Amino acid sequence: MRESFIDTVTAALDTDPRPAVVLADISADNFVQAAARHPERVVNVGIREQLMIGVAGGLALTGMRPVVHTYAPFLVERPFEQVKLDLGHQDVGAVLVSVGASYDGAGMGRTHMAPGDVALLDTLPGWTVHVPGHAAEVPALLGPALRSDDRVYLRLSTRGNAAARPVGQGLVVVRAGSARSRGVVVAVGPMLDRVLAATAGMDVTVGYLATVRPFDRVGLNAAAAAAGHADVMIVEPYLSGTSAHEVGEALSDRRHRQLCLGVPRGSELRGYGTPDDHDRAHGLDAAGIAAAARDFFPE
Amino acid sequence: MPTKTFSRYADLPALIGLMTGDEKHRAAAESTLDVLWVLYDRVLDVSPERADDPGRDRFLLSKGHGPAAYYAVLAAKGFLDVPTLRRWAEFDSPLGHHPDRVLVPGAEIGSGSLGHGLGLGLGTALGLRAQGRPEPRVVVLLGDAELDEGSNHEAIAVAGRFGLDNLTAVVIDNRSASLGWPGGIADRFSREGWAARSTVARDHTALHEALTAPHHGRPLAVVARVNPKEW
Repeated sequence: MRESFIDTVTAALDTDPRPAVVLADISADNFVQAAARHPERVVNVGIREQLMIGVAGGLALTGMRPVVHTYAPFLVERPFEQVKLDLGHQDVGAVLVSVGASYDGAGMGRTHMAPGDVALLDTLPGWTVHVPGHAAEVPALLGPALRSDDRVYLRLSTRGNAAARPVGQGLVVVRAGSARSRGVVVAVGPMLDRVLAATAGMDVTVGYLATVRPFDRVGLNAAAAAAGHADVMIVEPYLSGTSAHEVGEALSDRRHRQLCLGVPRGSELRGYGTPDDHDRAHGLDAAGIAAAARDFFPE
Repeated sequence: MPTKTFSRYADLPALIGLMTGDEKHRAAAESTLDVLWVLYDRVLDVSPERADDPGRDRFLLSKGHGPAAYYAVLAAKGFLDVPTLRRWAEFDSPLGHHPDRVLVPGAEIGSGSLGHGLGLGLGTALGLRAQGRPEPRVVVLLGDAELDEGSNHEAIAVAGRFGLDNLTAVVIDNRSASLGWPGGIADRFSREGWAARSTVARDHTALHEALTAPHHGRPLAVVARVNPKEW
């Protein structure tokens, strides 16, 4: 996904005068050629994450389209007040592109993990949040973002699904349940393949969502209405319950149940290893999701 | 009350007098008055008619506390109607205790939380440069205590390395930084590659000279000394 992002932005620099890339050393070597062709539109400020957001705000105030990129904890959490004030409060936009996701860098430990990034951004109004599940989905989400003036967060991961899915159109039904089905399972971005595996043989509708803000309330409501039960399980690759309020709003016109799977909020997992190890520990591998689904959708 | 009768430096105290209820920030307001006036009256190429002109100079008030002097100068220069000043900080007034660029005509940024203006100014200077506009100046007004914020150190270092000569930082020095600045504020900017000058804020001629002296290839820092803040 990171390569797809770099290729897409590099091409955009050549054809569109508005984009400007702001870096804080991370991935700077991947933008060397772009910087050689557009030295004033590829800005590496060194390891200064507050400044990279402030610079993005200033660039946007002059009408340019800043693209800001680094590791998720340094992009969203460290300069959070800059994200709030230098972009949102100034009423300007930028495309923030993170790598690392929740625990892609599991071996690096807690300092490089940010399972709370989407929940934190969710405290601010007006952000579009994309969580692609495949590298081929990245250009489809990034292209429109580069051409707009919106505040966009693109959350890239080293993990994902075997095949790209339709993006940019809200909830996509991947597998439809029957009219008597147990309910709806929403898989966000990289969670789809394991959700499909976990719910194989269950009479549920499985929907895919690569854009979580704005949330497709209408699409989820329609899927729940078509199911036998208005019960929704959402599986997100970040803090559990991040979209609980959206699911609640989407289903506010009907009696419903909801279960939110994600990285548990209760404690800090002090472990290294691999992302798969963390999935297992959090119950976010296929077996963990299957167990949760069996409990939530009783036969 | 026609605005045109309140367009002189001597009118500014009367304009400030229309705004009451911000005694907490009064020292901050008065400390900026001379610099704001010299900038808007003699240095900046801005006007209400050119508020959206991409070639205009940019003034960024990073020191967003106590903006009464700022509002008074904006009113004297025709950005604001004088009667608007009377309603300041009311619920539906565009003028708050910290300015909001979305609400205040002529305000380039919203500010109040310390340490945001210089980064925004640096980005603005880079954006103008990238669009082939070397002429507009980007002037950021800060307080000496505001320089305590690490975000400003990030911006000072990078602006110096990039040689952004379209960027100017004006620092109001009322010696309110709790731990002070060994060697003085101008020295700190100089070490980071800025052209730095220090002057007395009350001396408008000296201030004008400091703000307009050549500084090719380097950002400019002007430290304007005022009386120490009284607590």
